[in-house]
Amino acid sequence: MPAIEKDTLLKIYSNMVRLRVFDDKVNLLVESGIRITQHSTRGQEATQIAATAALEPNDYVMPYHRGWGWAIGKGMDPKILLSELMGKGTGCCAGKGGVHIADWKLRIMGRPGVQAAHVPIAAGVGLSIKMRKAKDVVLCFFGDGASNEGNIHEGMNLAAVWKAPVVFICENNLYALFTPNIETTSVQDIADRAQGYGIPGAIIDGNDAIAGYEAAKEAINRARSGQGPTLIEAKTYRIHGHTAMDRFHLGGYRPKEEVDEWEKKDPVKKLRERLMEIRMATAQELDEIDQKTKEEIEEAEKFAKESPYPTREDILRDVYCEA
Amino acid sequence: MAAREMTYAEALREALREEMARDERVIIMGEDVKINVWTVTRDLHKEFGDRVINCPLSESGFSGAGVGAALTGMRPVVEIMYHDFTLYAADSIANQAAKYRYMCGGGDFKVPIVFRVAGGGSSGGSGCHHGQSLEATFIHFPGLKVIFPSNPYDAKGLLKTAIRDNNPVVFFEHKLCYPIKGAVPAGDYTVPIGKAEVKREGKDVTIVSYAYILHKALKAADQLAEEGIEAEVIDLRTLRPVDTECILKSVQKTSKLVTAEEGTKMGGVGAEIAAIVAEEGLQYLDAPIKRVAAAEWIIASSAYADQMGIPQVEDIARAVKELF
Ligand SMILES: Cc1ncc(C[n+]2csc(CCOP(=O)(O)OP(=O)(O)O)c2C)c(N)n1
Ligand SMILES: [Mg+2]
Repeated sequence: MPAIEKDTLLKIYSNMVRLRVFDDKVNLLVESGIRITQHSTRGQEATQIAATAALEPNDYVMPYHRGWGWAIGKGMDPKILLSELMGKGTGCCAGKGGVHIADWKLRIMGRPGVQAAHVPIAAGVGLSIKMRKAKDVVLCFFGDGASNEGNIHEGMNLAAVWKAPVVFICENNLYALFTPNIETTSVQDIADRAQGYGIPGAIIDGNDAIAGYEAAKEAINRARSGQGPTLIEAKTYRIHGHTAMDRFHLGGYRPKEEVDEWEKKDPVKKLRERLMEIRMATAQELDEIDQKTKEEIEEAEKFAKESPYPTREDILRDVYCEA
Repeated sequence: MAAREMTYAEALREALREEMARDERVIIMGEDVKINVWTVTRDLHKEFGDRVINCPLSESGFSGAGVGAALTGMRPVVEIMYHDFTLYAADSIANQAAKYRYMCGGGDFKVPIVFRVAGGGSSGGSGCHHGQSLEATFIHFPGLKVIFPSNPYDAKGLLKTAIRDNNPVVFFEHKLCYPIKGAVPAGDYTVPIGKAEVKREGKDVTIVSYAYILHKALKAADQLAEEGIEAEVIDLRTLRPVDTECILKSVQKTSKLVTAEEGTKMGGVGAEIAAIVAEEGLQYLDAPIKRVAAAEWIIASSAYADQMGIPQVEDIARAVKELF
């Protein structure tokens, strides 16, 4: 029985459901012809939501392109998130970031379009936290494909040598685009690379929210107490593939049996069953959460659709800081 | 305040020292910044301790880390040892620093960082990996400001302005300028970004230049004066935003334009200046525009040959005379 409080577990569950329903909604919007680059989080809800649940409100997130779990987990209102994805002026980046979600108040520091560009940036946020003698932590996500970028090496070395309060989470979902990582990556376990930086590397079941929470909490505590970074590798799977075009196994690069196997490890279902098994929640309580979330996402859709687009003047603003 | 004679390198160091004393958010990052081959950051750690950070060889990494620190309350001055190595850091500078604020929707997101790009400028056989002038590469990016001073006074004043600016600034330096001496006031003063300076007045032709080759342009102007041609020489000082007004005003007076730079011609700074004048001041011209720039070559790694493709005083003078 994990020493995680009921409130936290229910928050994790409801955010995972929120993410799942949001993800489904984005798929429908894409099908209806609205252009959103959807890197679906389906199948990867556990780690993103659980790890962000282990943060304090003032902690930072340096996100990456896979899905929206880090945004929802950090407390972003789906209305604002969806508005941004649709390019509306009510979005968190005033309709100029699109999938590159950022939010100053939530300390979501900006999702790059360039793989791994944010890893040294995360090290620098960590350096700044140390120099300002603050107590915050940075949670930095990236994928198995990005783990081969030079910037990962440079950024992890910097964070390690500075003992910066950064927790790296690599979500290893076995593929980058349509290439299996066995063709591209020199190690089976990316966590092994932590050794090269003299930092701890941990492997977790990326579909197990409780494991994700516990591993993240430990690494976050370690970072906060000045002991430096940790690399957590979460083994998981993208059920819907790379983007919306890949939902139904584009090009047959991954066998249907493989997808079916991973469907059985559905992280949302897994947590739901676990919560009932340890009698932390009843089916009825969880159904209520599911139902409320569906309504919330319907409202988010309505809000985003009714929101105005930014004006041309707004779009051309903010290239420079005038102050 | 009293002015002293000091070198360009010393003036830069003084700007850093004063800004670090004035604002504790200012930090220095880069390779070997405590001893420092250029001497610009030398020994500042003795005064400012941990705020001077020797970084690993990882131009992309520590430039990106500078962006992260800038986003969250610091004001990093990041040294990249040679112009050539900015290409390793190009993503951190041009894709991240330049675009961060905009992509995040403005507001509280800002990136007050200075990339001091040291070295540059071919000399002594250092060749094409330690001698390029790559400033033109970075004038292309909205979101950045780009500076390239020619003398100690401007070096100090512009570096201070750059450090106080809330935007990413790429601050180019030229290794042949480091030993150049000039009068520099003690204490605080700034030089505005985006303002060129007329270094020599003349009525017959405008020479637009900057950085080290500006000094060659001034020598060419002296030679031309002996032959009866009075050249007006403009030091751009800032390459983005460029001081269009100063250039157009001069061309309106002289009716002739020559640009002089050390980088390559195609897509160079001179190309941009020529285009601005063609677009906004063609009516003032009575002759074609001449661009003096590096040969279409790779800088030879040879002390004997490395100036062969770099424009010299005579090249500038010749280009001017071709217009008469
Ligand atoms: C520098 C860079 N190279 C390539 C791309 C194109 N790209 C976008 S996502 C992606 C795959 C990323 O794979 P991985 O890191 O495993 O994350 P996943 O999509 O599997 O979650 C690629 C190659 C990019 N955005 N940036
Ligand atoms: Mg992957």
